[in-house]
Amino acid sequence: MNPFSSGTRLSDMIRAIRASKTAAEERAVVRKECAAIRASINENDQDYRHRDLAKLMFIHMLGYPTHFGQMECLKLIASPGFPEKRIGYLGLMLLLDERQEVLMLVTNSLKQDLNHTNQYIVGLALCALGNICSAEMARDLAPEVERLLKFRDPNIRKKAALCAIRIIRKVPDLSENFINPGAALLKEKHHGVLITGVHLCTEICSVSSEALEYFRKKCTEGLVKTLRDIANSPYSPEYDVAGITDPFLHIRLLKLLRVLGQGDADASDCMNDILAQVASKTESNKNAGNAILYECVQTIMSIEENGGLRVLAINILGKFLSNRDNNIRYVALNMLMRALTVDSQAVQRHRATILECVKDSDASIQKRALELIYLLVNENNVEPLAKELIEYLEVSEQDFKEDLTAKICSIVEKFAPEKIWYIDQMLKVLSEAGTYVKEDVWHALIVVITNAPHLHGYTVRALYRALHTSCEQETLVRVAIWCIGEYADLLVNNAGMLDLEDPITVTESDAVDVIETAIKHHTSDVTTKAMALIALLKISSRFPSCSERVKSIIGQNKGSFVLELQQRSMEFSSVIQKHQNIRSSLVERMPVLDEATFSGRRAGSLPAAVSTSGKSSLSIPNGVATAPLVDLLDLGSDDTPAPTSSGANFLQDLLGGDLMQPSAQPGMQPSQAGADILLDLLSIGTPAPVQNGSTNGDLLSMQDNNAPIASLDTISSTSPTASSSMMDLLDGFGPTPPTSEDKGPTYPSIVAFESSSLKIEFNFTKQSENPQTTDIVANFSNLSPNVYTDFLFQAAVPKFLQLHLDPASSNTLPANGSIKQTMRVTNSQHGKKPIVMRMRVGYKINGKDVLEEGQINNFPRGI
Amino acid sequence: VNLQHKEEEVKTQRSESSEKPKEKEKSQFEELRSLKMGIRFILMVNKQGQTRLAQYYEWLTLEERRALEGEIVRKCLARNDQQCSFVEHRNYKIVYRRYASLFFMVGVDDDENELAILEFIHLLVETMDKHFGNVCELDIMFHLEKAHFMLEEMVMNGCIVETSKANILSPIQLMDKAH
Repeated sequence: MNPFSSGTRLSDMIRAIRASKTAAEERAVVRKECAAIRASINENDQDYRHRDLAKLMFIHMLGYPTHFGQMECLKLIASPGFPEKRIGYLGLMLLLDERQEVLMLVTNSLKQDLNHTNQYIVGLALCALGNICSAEMARDLAPEVERLLKFRDPNIRKKAALCAIRIIRKVPDLSENFINPGAALLKEKHHGVLITGVHLCTEICSVSSEALEYFRKKCTEGLVKTLRDIANSPYSPEYDVAGITDPFLHIRLLKLLRVLGQGDADASDCMNDILAQVASKTESNKNAGNAILYECVQTIMSIEENGGLRVLAINILGKFLSNRDNNIRYVALNMLMRALTVDSQAVQRHRATILECVKDSDASIQKRALELIYLLVNENNVEPLAKELIEYLEVSEQDFKEDLTAKICSIVEKFAPEKIWYIDQMLKVLSEAGTYVKEDVWHALIVVITNAPHLHGYTVRALYRALHTSCEQETLVRVAIWCIGEYADLLVNNAGMLDLEDPITVTESDAVDVIETAIKHHTSDVTTKAMALIALLKISSRFPSCSERVKSIIGQNKGSFVLELQQRSMEFSSVIQKHQNIRSSLVERMPVLDEATFSGRRAGSLPAAVSTSGKSSLSIPNGVATAPLVDLLDLGSDDTPAPTSSGANFLQDLLGGDLMQPSAQPGMQPSQAGADILLDLLSIGTPAPVQNGSTNGDLLSMQDNNAPIASLDTISSTSPTASSSMMDLLDGFGPTPPTSEDKGPTYPSIVAFESSSLKIEFNFTKQSENPQTTDIVANFSNLSPNVYTDFLFQAAVPKFLQLHLDPASSNTLPANGSIKQTMRVTNSQHGKKPIVMRMRVGYKINGKDVLEEGQINNFPRGI
Repeated sequence: VNLQHKEEEVKTQRSESSEKPKEKEKSQFEELRSLKMGIRFILMVNKQGQTRLAQYYEWLTLEERRALEGEIVRKCLARNDQQCSFVEHRNYKIVYRRYASLFFMVGVDDDENELAILEFIHLLVETMDKHFGNVCELDIMFHLEKAHFMLEEMVMNGCIVETSKANILSPIQLMDKAH
């Protein structure tokens, strides 16, 4: 005999497991026992099979693999004795997984046992079938179950009814066979049969609408009578719970009545009286009674309208809500949630109590109450409710803050009566729980801020104040940095003061201070730091006096290990140092971000769309309609729309990547929108608020300076990954634009545009190896005796063309003089479609803006 | 050679046809998961968080069960007596009740009557009391199969079958007599 197979007794094993002090010891015991069980299985040891399986169940419960015992279950089931079968079936239900092969093997045993003469064995088989039946078994064994529904012993009938439920769930088509037997069970007196019969009928109703009709017609009255009998029945010790006869049966009956009454006035009518009786007569001082009341209220709320009953139900909920037992309050909140769709006015009356529940110490109740409050908020009550919730945010538990913050942000956004209120509330949330504010939420805040020009000053000052008190809230820091970068001038001048505001004195260097703190703060992540760098760049242009300091702060990041920061600081440093003439237009204030586009885009990824009051699309100062520019908002965030989030893309975005690729609009017509975007971005034609004398001076000195701009090679050598678009843009600042040297086919020059004051000529050259690409040198001639300053030429082309515009040789066009600008056009449809181009020229005569537009269609053929 | 080929073809066809119903079975099973089924599982756990009895009415793998039990036990044991007996976890609602050193936890669907489940737990404890006489952790450990038999008489496939203690216990007493 195998030394293991004698093994230990079950109780010995349990003792050994209990005695183990560590998990490792327990594992060792289990391993030894499993080895013994395997050995015993291999020897086909009949005597110990029963005990082995009991051990395996225990081991299984502890969470160890026991699949090797599955075949033992089958052997035990096939053995003749009741105790073996008993443990075999139990093992089957506990140990078996969904592997079909093993289940198929058991079908035959099950069928035999379902027809066994011993009713206890029949009961065992039914129980097992009810728990593990697969669709295939359902089809095979449904007739047996149907037959057993009429078996003489009620204990078999009740199990057969539950088997039928499993069968219907697996194969809904079989439900037809069970309608009549199911209806017959509803007339039974035995509680077990009745409760399972009611359950079976509920199940059938959920899969077949015909069956539902049938039960409505034939059984509603009977069920009402059964419920009345039970509710009125004298004390029966067997089923009594706290003075109520069988609350479980009560509840099941109420559930079925709910299904029958829903959407059917006649059936609802039929059950009104008994529901009223249950709702008013049931004892509510014990849990059992409350369970029935709870179910009854649910039924009253679901069936067809009856005013009196509804009032009764709402009153019960009110009583529940003021109960001191947390369980009762929990179900009351749960139920009020469902009642909201039926009678929201009644629920609103309990608002104050529900709000108290949000502040409960019990997490389950808090969660329920918060969800309910969230649904109760509307335009009329948003202000007090938001106030309460935000106040609570300060003292709430950490675990709860995330949920609470998300809900507050959502309601504040949805129901804000005015923008200033929205901004105020959001600032409070950001200062209190900024860490929990989701990305799209603070993006939305920025969109709203840009759309409220009269609040820019107020907002930036409020953010500045908040930054001093809660500088550890990352999101607050980001929003504040963004706003300070954009509206630094408003911060310092106290511009646009509102009456309710206290004036503050902020110097230019104070503004730089806060950003410097943010960039150096240990909690700031890359995104925040990157945003801070942009803000600094913008400030350097707004406050020339701080330029040097900004340069040194930016310079400190040149050695950053984070590529993104290193690259940004490299690029920005060179912008500040060498390209003062473009700096001011480069860091122009962001155009207004379109709310509709943003919310539309957001709705794609989020169920809750943004809708703020004041939908009217605001136009930007230069009178051009706002074009979708939402992508720009993503500048500093990680989810830049471009596939890579390198600095190159960023800068391209900042400068308007559209400069090279006008926004996609189908058709040949060069898109007007594209041109608008360009205008928006660079704000051509509007004097930038900070473009004061000193920058003009810079521009002039630039113009006089004939020496080539310091070579950009220094940049490219120190930062090999530097952005190409940056290079392209700045490269052209040399006095002589690069001209094509190779001898491609020649084309005649054209006069692209001519007006009384300006003439534009295009000269073409083509590289012979690349017929798609054409280099164009534009020659702008001033036909008037005035000097044109701030001269800017823009061009837009259809989608199939790619346009690359180099900077002009100068941005000042002397009287009767001329300047040159090079561009490169790549025609992806070369030979099929000719080049077309729309252009716009802006310049100033004695400080007065002039804008000229035109379309160029006379390109030579074959380009 | 041809014959062999044909045989192979037949074989592959067969294996294909036997796989198809399996897939169907699986999708049906997943549908079932989303269906409401009342009670999903019943757990008995001691104060230390060790499982003493577990009965699942839906199939979960060993790992899933271990993780689920761990999470639930951690959540429930951390709560105090004043807090309510309901905890929401994943897509379950856990109704739990403490009797001396034992926690009884029942995982149910969202639309189940929580108070009724609480009453059911009490009925289960009363039934065990009636059989074991003031039931304790050790009774359940050393008579695990009996505890399961009782549970089987009370719940099948996530539905309550019987609520009379005498009816629940009679098959178990019969079996004891036979021994």
